[in-house]
Amino acid sequence: MSWEWGVIWEYLPRLLGGAWLTLELVAVSGLLGLALAVPLALARASANPLVRAFPYAYIFFFRGTPLLVQIFLIYYGASQFDAVKESFLWPVLREPYWCAIIAFSMNTAAYTAELIRAAIQAIPKGEIEVSLALGMSKLTMIRRIILPRAAGIVLPGYSNEVLLMLKSSALASTITLLDLTGMARTIIARTYTPLEMFFAAGMVYLAIAAVMILVFRLLERRLNRYQFAKRPS
Amino acid sequence: MRKVITTACLLVSCLTAPLALAGDKVRIATEGAYAPFNMTDNQGNLIGFDVDIAKALCAEMKADCEIVAQDWDGIIPGLRARKYDAIIASMSITEERLRVVDFSEKYYANMLAFVGPEGKTLDVTKAGLKGKVIGAQRATIAGQYLEDNFGDIVDVKLYDTQDNAYLDLANGRLDGIMSDKFPAYDWLRTDDGKGFEFKGDDLDIDDHIAIAVRKGDKLANKFSAAIKAIRANGKYAEINAKYFPFDIY
Repeated sequence: MSWEWGVIWEYLPRLLGGAWLTLELVAVSGLLGLALAVPLALARASANPLVRAFPYAYIFFFRGTPLLVQIFLIYYGASQFDAVKESFLWPVLREPYWCAIIAFSMNTAAYTAELIRAAIQAIPKGEIEVSLALGMSKLTMIRRIILPRAAGIVLPGYSNEVLLMLKSSALASTITLLDLTGMARTIIARTYTPLEMFFAAGMVYLAIAAVMILVFRLLERRLNRYQFAKRPS
Repeated sequence: MRKVITTACLLVSCLTAPLALAGDKVRIATEGAYAPFNMTDNQGNLIGFDVDIAKALCAEMKADCEIVAQDWDGIIPGLRARKYDAIIASMSITEERLRVVDFSEKYYANMLAFVGPEGKTLDVTKAGLKGKVIGAQRATIAGQYLEDNFGDIVDVKLYDTQDNAYLDLANGRLDGIMSDKFPAYDWLRTDDGKGFEFKGDDLDIDDHIAIAVRKGDKLANKFSAAIKAIRANGKYAEINAKYFPFDIY
């Protein structure tokens, strides 16, 4: 069999164009998902069962169904209803780009909320008691103690979630978006070089993942710097 | 016809060393997922234009035939591995395929067409299509034609399946789609296709649909002769009329 390096170089600019869209999807939905996950996690960690109920159901649904199904429900499902098509939401839901962002954000929010919830509950009880003893209000405690501490604890797990999301973003190609995978498949349809193109796309994913891993490692060092500090002698 | 990719599978099939099964039986593969040419009915039987043509050709050749279903991606590898002897599955003759299989003479000619919503004008000229959103199935003749000829002025959306393209047309995300004409004709007659119509003239891109056999297999000539015969004796026209009110040869 023949392996054509030439075709990879020829189409590399288009692949990188697709990679840019992949990065955009992951970054935008990652940030939106994180913003959504924090209140969900706080509610999920609440002692009040009524407050816990909604985040519980939300997380249960989004973790329990395949991302592909969620994307299809939002992209093809919502547009079946005339009410949706006539509403102010249609200019947004009409675009595959925003449908992908919505699906990815809501999906990652569910997983991330569960990670943050676990992190919150992993904060040593003593630290909470100290802040209570100091007379902190609940909001101050969340802002100054709980979230910063949880952020340090959650990072290793969260970097996993972001890497998984990077790879799940390939599903955007099923709703006509030309992300890295979509671009590779479109090129393959023309060049008949599936092995070369998927290899090249895989390498680009790997490069993106390598940078992400590095960034998270640095962030982890920074947020948990007390663990790396030298003990006073 | 649509899907053009088989290369990866072709490469793999070269590795399997087939043993010729010397039977008189001619085994024919079709896909079973390309209405109205080949599909399965409620009982799981293969039906459609391709299947009827296959049966008519076998009767003409006085051959004992068996028709089997085979997924599209593996259909050429399966032929080369002698799982069957011929493919009658609305397959276009393309340069890539000619490197690995032989074809009979054509048994029908594929054309491309635009489909859009009724009551909305869709001017299918370069000027008229400027800025429009047009869908097609990825890895199909239609998808490639759209990209090659209108890619610079049209927002091309590529779908994994033809059904998803139809769905988005119905949802109003697309101004139109480009597809093989005859399956689209069939879709327009279903309930889902209500409210849509062909736009502009058919595009004849010289796409010949033929029967694929293994390289060097004399079966190709026999099929070609049989196609000629059923064209002449009216059997072809009879089958054609079952599906389309116009001649698709």
